[in-house]
Amino acid sequence: MVCEMETDQIEEMDVEVLSSMWPEDVGTEADKQFNVEKPAGDLDTLKEVTIETRTIADMTRLPNLLNSTHQGSSQLTNLVKQWEYMQDNAVRLLKEELKNLDRQREEAEAKELKIIEEYKFESNEPENVPVLDETSDLFRRFRQKKRDALVDSKKIEIYEEFDTVAYWKQKALSLEKMLEASTERERRLMEKLSESLKTMESQSAPVQELTQNLKRAEGFLHFILQNAPIVMGHQDKDLRYLFIYNKYPSLREQDILGKTDVEIFHGGGVKESEDFKREVLEKGKASKREITFTTDLFGSKTFLIYVEPVYNKAGEKIGINYMGMEVTDQVVKREKMAKLREDNAVRKAMESELNKTIHITEETMRAKQMLATMSHEIRSPLSGVVGMAEILSTTKLDKEQRQLLNVMISSGDLVLQLINDILDLSKVESGVMRLEATKFRPREVVKHVLQTAAASLKKSLTLEGNIADDVPIEVVGDVLRIRQILTNLISNAIKFTHEGNVGIKLQVISEPSFVRDNALNADTEEHEQNGLTETSVWICCDVWDTGIGIPENALPCLFKKYMQASADHARKYGGTGLGLAICKQLVELMGGQLTVTSRVSEGSTFTFILPYKVGRSDDYSDDQDEFSDMADQQSEPDDTAEGYFQFKPLLGSIYSNGGPGISNDFLPHKVMLTSPIKLINGFVADPSNNTGQSEMLQLENGGYMDESKLETSSGHCPESAHQYENGNGRCFSKESESCSSSQASSEGGTLEMESELTVSSHREEEKAETEVKETSKPKILLVEDNKINIMVAKSMMKQLGHTMDIANNGVEAITAINSSSYDLVLMDVCMPVLDGLKATRLIRSYEETGNWNAAIEAGVDISTSENEQVCMRPTNRLPIIAMTANTLAESSEECYANGMDSFISKPVTLQKLRECLQQYLH
Amino acid sequence: MDALIAQLQRQFRDYTISLYQQGFLDDQFTELKKLQDDGSPDFVSEVLSLFFEDCVKLISNMARALDTTGTVDFSQVGASVHQLKGSSSSVGAKRVKTLCVSFKECCEAKNYEGCVRCLQQVDIEYKALKTKLQDMFNLEKQIIQAGGIVPQVDIN
Repeated sequence: MVCEMETDQIEEMDVEVLSSMWPEDVGTEADKQFNVEKPAGDLDTLKEVTIETRTIADMTRLPNLLNSTHQGSSQLTNLVKQWEYMQDNAVRLLKEELKNLDRQREEAEAKELKIIEEYKFESNEPENVPVLDETSDLFRRFRQKKRDALVDSKKIEIYEEFDTVAYWKQKALSLEKMLEASTERERRLMEKLSESLKTMESQSAPVQELTQNLKRAEGFLHFILQNAPIVMGHQDKDLRYLFIYNKYPSLREQDILGKTDVEIFHGGGVKESEDFKREVLEKGKASKREITFTTDLFGSKTFLIYVEPVYNKAGEKIGINYMGMEVTDQVVKREKMAKLREDNAVRKAMESELNKTIHITEETMRAKQMLATMSHEIRSPLSGVVGMAEILSTTKLDKEQRQLLNVMISSGDLVLQLINDILDLSKVESGVMRLEATKFRPREVVKHVLQTAAASLKKSLTLEGNIADDVPIEVVGDVLRIRQILTNLISNAIKFTHEGNVGIKLQVISEPSFVRDNALNADTEEHEQNGLTETSVWICCDVWDTGIGIPENALPCLFKKYMQASADHARKYGGTGLGLAICKQLVELMGGQLTVTSRVSEGSTFTFILPYKVGRSDDYSDDQDEFSDMADQQSEPDDTAEGYFQFKPLLGSIYSNGGPGISNDFLPHKVMLTSPIKLINGFVADPSNNTGQSEMLQLENGGYMDESKLETSSGHCPESAHQYENGNGRCFSKESESCSSSQASSEGGTLEMESELTVSSHREEEKAETEVKETSKPKILLVEDNKINIMVAKSMMKQLGHTMDIANNGVEAITAINSSSYDLVLMDVCMPVLDGLKATRLIRSYEETGNWNAAIEAGVDISTSENEQVCMRPTNRLPIIAMTANTLAESSEECYANGMDSFISKPVTLQKLRECLQQYLH
Repeated sequence: MDALIAQLQRQFRDYTISLYQQGFLDDQFTELKKLQDDGSPDFVSEVLSLFFEDCVKLISNMARALDTTGTVDFSQVGASVHQLKGSSSSVGAKRVKTLCVSFKECCEAKNYEGCVRCLQQVDIEYKALKTKLQDMFNLEKQIIQAGGIVPQVDIN
């Protein structure tokens, strides 16, 4: 209705007028207010909807409520106001229209008057102006101008026309017509006016319209409510339901109205909602809350509840309105989302943590690699420095120089030791270190370790070795590492003990619990496999002292790297702080455990337990026969089964008895420099208690001392030389037996010497005089194709006091080995004709099979003579040292895989060569 | 006279150090020097002349192998490079050795262009080294003629 009127007016009226008449905001305001009455969309759709009254509602109570509550009354006033607005608008519009019409009529009348006047006073100038023509003014003006321009001719025309009667007649007629039209228009306007008045009258029934509006609003509300999945209700001050709307009613009206929540429902959440409603009522502030109900009626559901207090007109609280919506699914979803998010966050955190760890690990590995490489790089030149210093110390020096040199050597040794430790540690940690399984005799290992320690002992300590009877004579394990551990622990013990005893105790124990717990399954399998030939035995080794002890709080970090019990100790006793860490790592690598017990100022005991394999019994029954033989011949106590050794601090006197070349202050450095392993390799231990002398001398021999000194100063060597002369290999082997078992290669070494003896006895026929020297001079073969390399290596060997034979390739090497006996082969890897790796394989095959078939198959021409074949019993393992240009690990792996014993990286230096000779020549 | 010797000695020292610093020589050369004693007074120059003879031979070998039209026998070149690498490494001719390493890689990759380039470089490098070392030996000789002792040069 209103709209229609609006559009009409816009069409009919001037814009200026409209704006003055309609305040700009009225139109929109009216729209807003009529929203209820005119919902968006067609009104008809609403009418068509049949509204079912499914609600449970006290309909009689609703009007009451509407009347009594603020909202109800405001709603009503709103409606009344709307109606008033509408009426006002209608009246205003009608008035406007009336005004318009009046004005039009006035205009018309004025025009009429004008026309009449014109007719009266300017009758000679007829004008045919349409009354309602809005452009009449313009037209008139135009005409005026025209008239001015054509004044003469017109006047002529006028004069002519004025004279005629016809003209005047026509003029009268047209005027009459105009008058008629004017009257007609007036009549029509009058009609319209009356019509308008009539419609106005018909609209004057406000109550009817209001009722209609109300009905529509109600219908609309019902429509909304019907589709809303909500529960709405009103409860009075006591929280009794006065009204409720529920889309899914499960209770009847009478079950709810007049009752409280608690009376209706039972279960979780009911009380909470009740309390919440009460809280709202008390605070007078509308609020929302999510409450999960678990009732018998509808199970577990979560509702979002909105509660607002209701006031009456006097501003008193009369109850609450409440609205509930079921949000169970949403809550579940939300919770799921939250959980997912949480999981995600956790996962992300874990991921980043993992990444960090990976990063750290990588960094650590890189750092370790770096450290290892650097250490290696540092070691080579440093050992050069120390080695040179040692050579220097053998020259003539005055007292001061010697002192300085000693400081220099010992500092160098310390750094060397540190670097070796670091290298060891990084090897263990990076898993590069491989364990070897060799047969060895624990008693001898203990004895040698103690001997070595005693040799360098500067304090008056008694060193003891105690081995229980049940410890097997021979076990299998990585003797080098075990010796390293023992040496480390013993030197540690000696370092921190000022008086009293230091000792090693060995005993067999039952399998420790940590192993049984750990690898029961894996172990049993292994046992099944090896059970026929080998059994495992656990040996517990205590290294004890009566030293200063370790305070309890320092125990946990004792095995950590670079840690010492305290800074004071570090200052006072020195050391790298790596020894124990290495020991622990090594022990764990071998599947054992290293522990410590200690009491301050009473002493410490480091205990490590390790599993060892025990060889077949027939294996060492042979040996035992041999030992008994030896015992008979030497008429000395058989110490292979001896369980107790003691080294008293009498060693000083032995030193003084030693040869002049071995000064008291030189020896300790010497012992310190060469690692204990090398040391053991270096000496032929004497079964008698003559501990210090012979081994020291042999050690010198293994190095680069003048041999004449060896002969003169050692009381033992002439004897062995004598044995050689007699060709008594048996005796010789027996004598070296004591050290042979300490290491597999040393065992090989013994046999080697034996065979060499045979060779030398052949030569004896030719030059008997120099025979002893010949024997002691090792024969070295260099297999190398590069002339310059040969030249350099030869010169170096000369410097080290050795000569060597040369073979230019693998084939030549095999020929040389076949025709002569060597103590050591230095083998280039990359060579024409036959490379070092293949040559080594062939040599190893010869050693195993006793024939060169493999080599012959490979196309090597071997001219064998029966005689040589017989005396060259291929039972010994010839040490073959690879010389490789690339020091990469895989290359060294290849060397080992092909049967090489070690490798020197090229270019060969004096130091490398010397180290190698020290290790492999006896 | 003493002043002359001192000057020569200083010159020798500086020159030797410069050779190390410029990477012509490395520690292995020091090793060689160590091996020279009264028993073999001309050891270093003997080894080096052998080395340079070797260089000439090997380089001409390689040049011939690389010059052949048609397929190049890279393994043959590689063997020579290996020889040269071993020799140069042994005498401490660091630059030649380093070049040989990349030369060998080129050979293994059968990179003809690379090989030719390396060969040219090696040729230049060993000749440069030869000149430098000759200068050094001349200095040594001058010192000895002047009655001085050739100083031990501490590289570090």
